[in-house]
Amino acid sequence: MSATDAAVPTTSVTRARKRRRRLPGSRIGYVYVLPFFVVFIAFSLYPWLDTAWVSLHSVRLTTYDESVWVGLDNYRNLFTNPYFWNAFRNTVTIGIISTVPQLLTALGIAHLLNYQLRGRTFFRVSMLMPYATSLAAATVIFLELFDPGLGLVNWFLETVHLPAVDWQNSKWPAQVAVSTIVIWRWTGYNALIYLAGMQAIDEDLYEAAAIDGANRWKQFIHVTLPGLRPVIIFTIVVSTIGASQLFGEPLLYHNGTPDGGTENQYQTLGLLMYQQGWAYDRLGLASATAWTMFVIIVLAVVVNLAIARWTGRPSQTARAEGETR
Amino acid sequence: MSTYDSTGESAAAGPKGTAADTTDGAIPQDARGTRRARLARSKAGRQRKGTWVTYLLIGIVTLVSVFPLYYTIVMASHTNAEMAAATPPILPNASIVDNLREAFKLAPLNKGLVNSFIVASAVTAGTVALCTLAGFAFAKLRFRFAAVLLAVVVGTMMVPMQMGIIPLYMLMARLGLANHLAAVILPTLVTAFGVFFMRQYVSSAVPDELIEAGYMDGAGPLRVFISIVVPAVRPAMAVLGMLTFLTSWNDFFWPIIALSSQNPTIQVAFQSLATGYAPQQSIIMAGTLYGTVPVLIVFALLGRQIVGGIMQGAIKG
Repeated sequence: MSATDAAVPTTSVTRARKRRRRLPGSRIGYVYVLPFFVVFIAFSLYPWLDTAWVSLHSVRLTTYDESVWVGLDNYRNLFTNPYFWNAFRNTVTIGIISTVPQLLTALGIAHLLNYQLRGRTFFRVSMLMPYATSLAAATVIFLELFDPGLGLVNWFLETVHLPAVDWQNSKWPAQVAVSTIVIWRWTGYNALIYLAGMQAIDEDLYEAAAIDGANRWKQFIHVTLPGLRPVIIFTIVVSTIGASQLFGEPLLYHNGTPDGGTENQYQTLGLLMYQQGWAYDRLGLASATAWTMFVIIVLAVVVNLAIARWTGRPSQTARAEGETR
Repeated sequence: MSTYDSTGESAAAGPKGTAADTTDGAIPQDARGTRRARLARSKAGRQRKGTWVTYLLIGIVTLVSVFPLYYTIVMASHTNAEMAAATPPILPNASIVDNLREAFKLAPLNKGLVNSFIVASAVTAGTVALCTLAGFAFAKLRFRFAAVLLAVVVGTMMVPMQMGIIPLYMLMARLGLANHLAAVILPTLVTAFGVFFMRQYVSSAVPDELIEAGYMDGAGPLRVFISIVVPAVRPAMAVLGMLTFLTSWNDFFWPIIALSSQNPTIQVAFQSLATGYAPQQSIIMAGTLYGTVPVLIVFALLGRQIVGGIMQGAIKG
């Protein structure tokens, strides 16, 4: 994860290395990391790798040990399957609808929270309440809020003389509703992350900017945003990973069936995989989907980081520094 | 969703260590009123007082955060017909109790709560203990391949849980653990995030001199770990513990695969309640509320610490 790598100042790493050399207790280190690696290898690493092996076979749950080698057939099936591409598109669009407003709002909220406020603990804790609510509970709650007949959302729309919306059966409204659950749960959390990042920015930079006549908005653009870059990149990466695996919200949004709506209008890749494996009993195909998802996640993260590097580096940061000096 | 829930907490990568201590309430609390602090703050001019606009906006955000939870109480106490009325109700009433009674018949909510408590406690204890131990080793002990192993740990923070569920499911079936709580506990007993988080904290919070002094006094590495490192990193262990407990409590994907609706965690119980045959939505809402309130209460009580923990995690991680 280069986001993390980039953030660790090299000085502290080298310093730590130099220090560590002086300390005894060499071999015992293996013993101390052993419990971690035993659990990790048995229940994480081995299953990941075995998934790759299973994806090259035709496997059923009941006859798991009688798998048949099929080579790349599962992948071929997957890539020629319209359901896969539908799920892929849905994952991307729901990902965008849920992530972009979420992070932008979180940034704004963090800015507000950074003011001196009375009762700030109250505000912060309140904003984290959705994060403490499980996705199952949140989805069940929003399912009724978005209910076409009983829901408060349509009541509100009608009250302000807008047409009622079918949040379940039409495509985009359903995707918006599912995204809303994600946004509700994670915005406050990300706002706190940004707030922590803001408070870590050197105050002198603001002072210098103020002396140079930069107003609050300019300070935000040229001091806060560049200072938050590593944090912003990290939240984008984490949100991208989360969005790529979206599963629970769309599952419960259609009563626990993994089809993602009557016309699969919000079936995500995570749901498709679950459906292949547990509804259709095609574990090989599901495993191929899992590995494909992983590759997609890695690509999405790499693209994100590339964009971040490309946009952030040359002009803006330099300008900000020029202006604050 | 496991990455949202696991690496999610790691949050980000700020300038490591530098600002962890100045985040959140700590500084203003201690320094409030001292002249220097006031001077520093006014000089910086950044911590400006919020105007009424600030409060208005923050108020709206707070309302949006909390309102769905409040309205769940309302939804839990009204029938479908009442909810569909031209003017929906805004206050709860006593029928919530009857609805809850109905909910108990549809899903084993209490069993779910007990199971979730067992799972989350076990996972938290295991994660905090094993990750602190491994984090200490990576931070302070010199052994071959330590850097490589740490890189492996950090690198896997990106791999989603979904990647391995099929072999994991078969593994649990072979171990005879299908539908046992152990099947949910074991895979999350350690997290890469936990190791990385503790390593960062041990590196910055435990001076080498302290450890050397321990060795000087004839203590072995285990003694040093227990008597010197653990007391020094207790705050970080508490943070990791709270975040792990919450993540484990709210975990959904793996539990619904590994557990049946007869032996559920609370999340699995929600799923069977929501997808079952409740005659009224209010019954589902009452059950959901019942299963959510305990964690919200704990959250409200420990809110300040959790907020501080998340913000600290953001900078440290």
